[in-house]
Amino acid sequence: MSVKKICILDYGSGNSMSVYNAIKFLKYSVALSNKEKDITKSSHLILPGVGSYKTTMEKIKKRLPLKIIENEVFNKKKPLLGICVGMQVLSDYGYEFEKYSGLGWISGEVRSLKKKPYNVPHVGWNNLIIKKKNNIFKNISDKDNFYFVHSFKFITRNKFHTISQTNYNENFSSIINDKNIYGFQFHPEKSQISGLKLLKNFIEYT
Amino acid sequence: MKKKRLIPIFLLKNGYLVQSRNFLHFENIGDPFISVARFSQWMVDELIYLNINRDDNPKQKNDFFKIIKDLSTKAFMPITVGGKIKNLNDIEKLLSIGADKITINSASFNNRKLIINSAKEFGSQCIVVSIDVKKINKDYFVFINNGKTNTNLKLEEWVKICQSEGAGEILLNSIDRDGSKEGYDFEILNKIKKIINIPLIFCGGAGKWDDFRKCLIKKEVDAAAGANIFHHYDQSDFLAKKYLTQHKIKNIREPQFFNI
Repeated sequence: MSVKKICILDYGSGNSMSVYNAIKFLKYSVALSNKEKDITKSSHLILPGVGSYKTTMEKIKKRLPLKIIENEVFNKKKPLLGICVGMQVLSDYGYEFEKYSGLGWISGEVRSLKKKPYNVPHVGWNNLIIKKKNNIFKNISDKDNFYFVHSFKFITRNKFHTISQTNYNENFSSIINDKNIYGFQFHPEKSQISGLKLLKNFIEYT
Repeated sequence: MKKKRLIPIFLLKNGYLVQSRNFLHFENIGDPFISVARFSQWMVDELIYLNINRDDNPKQKNDFFKIIKDLSTKAFMPITVGGKIKNLNDIEKLLSIGADKITINSASFNNRKLIINSAKEFGSQCIVVSIDVKKINKDYFVFINNGKTNTNLKLEEWVKICQSEGAGEILLNSIDRDGSKEGYDFEILNKIKKIINIPLIFCGGAGKWDDFRKCLIKKEVDAAAGANIFHHYDQSDFLAKKYLTQHKIKNIREPQFFNI
């Protein structure tokens, strides 16, 4: 089996350190970097994220070597995981404050969550409703809860790209997947045992 | 189903964990690092750290930041941090060292653009506005500067302003009940239940597990918080959750231990 080496793409996202600490806790080799050699030498890429769609995209465009990352993901098929806003920017467009272009790596758009009957943002622990079989769900059931904190949702153009949903005022995509690209709307790095299990599954089984 | 939260608050003063009564009397109750390891093991839903140092100088602030940075490497749970936050730089710094959400209190009064600017920069979801209220006659007034200064603004007016400026959550605390163990003051909720449209963390007065139950069955409450009560019993958070599940509170995370 090949050696697992995780590169967390460093563009100044607020939760980078927390993701780093979680991967380190799982005892994998991990780098927080935007350097070409760390990206190409890694086995898995993680795109963290907190904050607004536009600010995140601006920072990503400024600080990440996107051509190199795209080559790793699309030609070399390296697994990539986007977390929270890092998942949302995988879409074509976001509509937070204003329409803004995303990375367009999983087709879809990001829109506001329904605001009734429960108050938005959706903050707290919630479970997954699994829609499609995937290795990432190994040892995960609806008893597992994950920490969400968001006001926007990813609407996948192809509904088969939504592999789990979560309910809050409506069913929205909580995990998306297209080939080797994954996105988690929640924060696995803040979801204790359940989150660590899922991160481990991403690293071991994708 | 989204679960309601039970949130222990850690009050930090000069590097120590303290308990407070009416925002006036403080007692040292231990080392925050030992506590965070325990709470992490009990799988708490979230932790709130508040810096309640009376002195406000750069050294104190740096010491506090250092504690937060070290604590955040020890727990894979959401962390909200507040106290003495003045500007966007403070917020950015705290988010970069492991805080997930920030709570602002007095500064949102002294700098009326702070809520809106921080929500734009970091997203509403990480801006928690902390509101301390005191009852005067039949109304609740917002107090700042650790409960010392009356803003003469009624709670309901301030809640409306916070919401319209982009606050993501409200942490509401009763100064009168702080440390009293008399239970939450639910009369406060009557003042705001028709207007609140963001998640509410309610605090002040929890003295027994049943106070949490009474709090969490309120529709307008998203999280019940407490400080002293969580530090008085071993396995407090775990036992509280156990009590709640035994008393038919279904929409919470079941009690469990961190075991991997």
